[in-house]
Amino acid sequence: MTPAIELIGIDKRFGAVHANNDVSLSIAKSSIHGIIGENGAGKSTLMSILFGFYAADKGEIKVQGKTVKVNSSTDAIALGIGMVHQHFMLVDPFTVLENVILGAEGGALIGPALAKARAELKRLADEYELDVDPDAIVGELPVGLQQRVEILKALYKGADVLILDEPTGVLTPDEADHLFRILQQLRNQGKTVILITHKLREIMAITDHVSVMRRGEMVATKETAKTSLEELAELMVGRRVLMHVEKGAAHPGEVVLDVKNLVWRDRKGTPRVDGVSFQVRKGEIVGIAGVSGNGQSELLDVITGIAKATSGTVLFEGEDITDLNDPSILRRRGMAHVPEDRQHRGLITSFSAAESAILGWQNDAGLGRSYHLNRNAVIERCRKQMEEFDVRPADPLLKSSKFSGGNQQKLILAREIGSNPDLLIVGQPTRGVDIGAIEFIHKRLIHLRDMGKAILLVSVELDEIRSLSDRILVMFAGRVMGERGPDADERELGLLMAGVVKDAA
Amino acid sequence: MSARGELPTWVDVGLIPLINLVLALLISGLVVVIIGENPFQALGIMLHGALGSLKGWSYMFYYATNFIFTGLAVAVAFHAGLFNIGGDGQAYVAGLGAATPGLILGGALAAILPAGISQPITLFVALMGSILFGAFWAFVPGYLQAKRGSHIVITTIMFNFIASSLMVYLINNVFRPITSMAVESKAINDAYILNFREIGRLIGMKLPSSPLNPVVFLAFIAAFIIWYLLWRTKLGYELRAVGANSEAAIYAGIKPSRIIMIAMAISGGLAGLVAFNEILGVQHRLLLDFVGGAGFVGIAVALMGRSHPLGIVLSALLFGLLYQGGTELSFAIQSISRDMIVVIQGLVILFMGALEDAFRPSLTALFFKVEE
Ligand SMILES: Nc1ncnc2c1ncn2[C@@H]1O[C@H](COP(=O)(O)OP(=O)(O)OP(=O)(O)O)[C@@H](O)[C@H]1O
Ligand SMILES: [Mg+2]
Repeated sequence: MTPAIELIGIDKRFGAVHANNDVSLSIAKSSIHGIIGENGAGKSTLMSILFGFYAADKGEIKVQGKTVKVNSSTDAIALGIGMVHQHFMLVDPFTVLENVILGAEGGALIGPALAKARAELKRLADEYELDVDPDAIVGELPVGLQQRVEILKALYKGADVLILDEPTGVLTPDEADHLFRILQQLRNQGKTVILITHKLREIMAITDHVSVMRRGEMVATKETAKTSLEELAELMVGRRVLMHVEKGAAHPGEVVLDVKNLVWRDRKGTPRVDGVSFQVRKGEIVGIAGVSGNGQSELLDVITGIAKATSGTVLFEGEDITDLNDPSILRRRGMAHVPEDRQHRGLITSFSAAESAILGWQNDAGLGRSYHLNRNAVIERCRKQMEEFDVRPADPLLKSSKFSGGNQQKLILAREIGSNPDLLIVGQPTRGVDIGAIEFIHKRLIHLRDMGKAILLVSVELDEIRSLSDRILVMFAGRVMGERGPDADERELGLLMAGVVKDAA
Repeated sequence: MSARGELPTWVDVGLIPLINLVLALLISGLVVVIIGENPFQALGIMLHGALGSLKGWSYMFYYATNFIFTGLAVAVAFHAGLFNIGGDGQAYVAGLGAATPGLILGGALAAILPAGISQPITLFVALMGSILFGAFWAFVPGYLQAKRGSHIVITTIMFNFIASSLMVYLINNVFRPITSMAVESKAINDAYILNFREIGRLIGMKLPSSPLNPVVFLAFIAAFIIWYLLWRTKLGYELRAVGANSEAAIYAGIKPSRIIMIAMAISGGLAGLVAFNEILGVQHRLLLDFVGGAGFVGIAVALMGRSHPLGIVLSALLFGLLYQGGTELSFAIQSISRDMIVVIQGLVILFMGALEDAFRPSLTALFFKVEE
């Protein structure tokens, strides 16, 4: 059978970076093909070439056995290729519906297209349980739901080959399983799926074949059934990887963060954070688990001074900071913050890495006296952080947008952890980060805890929450449903995340 | 991620502006043909008019002085994500700050101090006055944007109109000597910037007559200061952060409303320097419409100069050339008026601003094809 997609000898350089080095790949029709590899290995670049975003320097692309030129994403879509990007490509002020028909408006009046899309969305929602309010403004949706819109968009355009670049980064295991059921169904209907992910469990669970990339090269393609998690990890990183980081008992000290009855209402008056109370002490990691969109993002915003609490109090090191609303003062007092959404908040994509690496810390005395910003100091600081966190390429002058997703994340972590904070607020610390780097980041977080720092961790990865947290809070619909220890039963946590409370009291 | 990769920097900052300029000139050439004149002859006259004599060069730099100020004004606001269209009005109102010290303070100081001391003091006060009045006239729209959400484009346009009426009223009713027929203030002799011809005469050198004066150096210094501000200070960093991604800026603890007001004030202050140049270095009195549309040229200059001070200096010189050459052209060929320059300027704005992204994709495609 002719393969659905064939890439032959694809080569792509970005200046000194050899992002794809003579890469060949063949993808069988109606199969799910996984691609794995470290951050910066060149996975997104390869897919961007297939989708017409980048032009390869050399190489050939065959679709259904025929050599084709893919000069733009329009070409790709016409060839039946759809893509869900690692970084969302959505128009924030538009509604879900408007985003879905984008590029498929068909005619001068969008009324008919909207009506058709509404019906189609309903069908997709019913069939795949991909529920999103079609009239919601995309920019106001939490990342988890934005992700769904991206998936809907690609499905709506009716692609034969669907490329998903790290689609499960923000989904809970349940949601991911759900997505995988969709993908399997698509495959059974004769469609082809290419799935890039850092989660080897997902690869093992649903792919038919898996290809491994390392430093721009394709190092292996395996039949999934004939390989193992450990083998893949080793192929990817080139050494054995610890899947679970060792961690000693916590020795909690005094309270650093004390949140009491916190409420935050959105513009419509709906409480998104609804009477939340908890404490974080020195030397412990408190994890907040929950399906994304249940108030975690808003909670972090209020604590870090970005949003104003409607009522309730936040005490930081004994001081009431509820009405302070000043992230820069909080930073100076020792509260660091790794935001959930790295593309929109964590860095400024049009700035150089060095400039992004001081975002929020630009007034540090170490970066120049009074008004002056010492460029060499800025670059030097970035260089150090890059070295410590193994950011690749280690080029402080490269534009932030040109780093691979995982490396952008490492840049942000390096900046915030590197500030040696008393309290670290961290949202989705390992989203899009490869397994080698996850191991490293988890070690750093535990090390920080063991140095007596307080850490508040929000993650939709239940595994991550369970392996890092000393106490786990579960949020649902803006409320804390309960507190559990790190050895809590996964099923029980899952129920809490769905808002079901077993009467334990 | 932009589609199909990104262009090398030299294409982005060099080639694209050049293509836009050439296209603007080509279309202007067509207009000349339609008028019934020879476009090559016209181009020749223009180039000769600006570059063929020391006098032409002097005028070119004189025009460029004002354009550097207004170009920088637009660029600073632009880096903060704001489109300041009010440069004209800001420069006009700054005329009050430029003229008043010379008219009031200058005489008083001259009475008690030797001219060598009283003049520099008065000039310095006038310099500050120009900056402050210009800054104020831009700060108000900035404030309205930051605190009330009134769109800066709308408010700065409205402030241009307010400035016009206000200045007509003030010049006619306050500054005009009662006995004078001309709607202008009395001559400002106590804060007088000699132009190069006058300076040359002092040291026995004969220079062609032109309004070019040492304020041109201030323009270059201002360009350097703005470059330094934007890329070497914490304030500049915060300003660019707000312009590039205000959500990330808020995360970083930067207050966009504060930055908006500061950026607008700096922008207006720069525009105000046009008044300093025109009133104290050229006209030596406060008069109607002394800005002469320099504020609007600043938009084209900033667009063409890619909002970078160096690019702005270069494109200001280019526009200086067009203005000087265009003036000569209108003398030489009666059927072509000086408004031809306005046409070219409009076309540059059209290509740089509105149509820039129209060429980019095909240029990028072409570029990669050539590379293959
Ligand atoms: N536009 C660009 N300009 C310069 N370098 C780039 C550009 N895009 C990608 N790169 C570089 O190419 C390499 C491969 O990047 P790519 O995004 O393909 O990695 P990836 O395998 O998808 O990584 P991740 O898992 O972190 O998303 C990286 O070193 C990256 O910095
Ligand atoms: Mg990637």
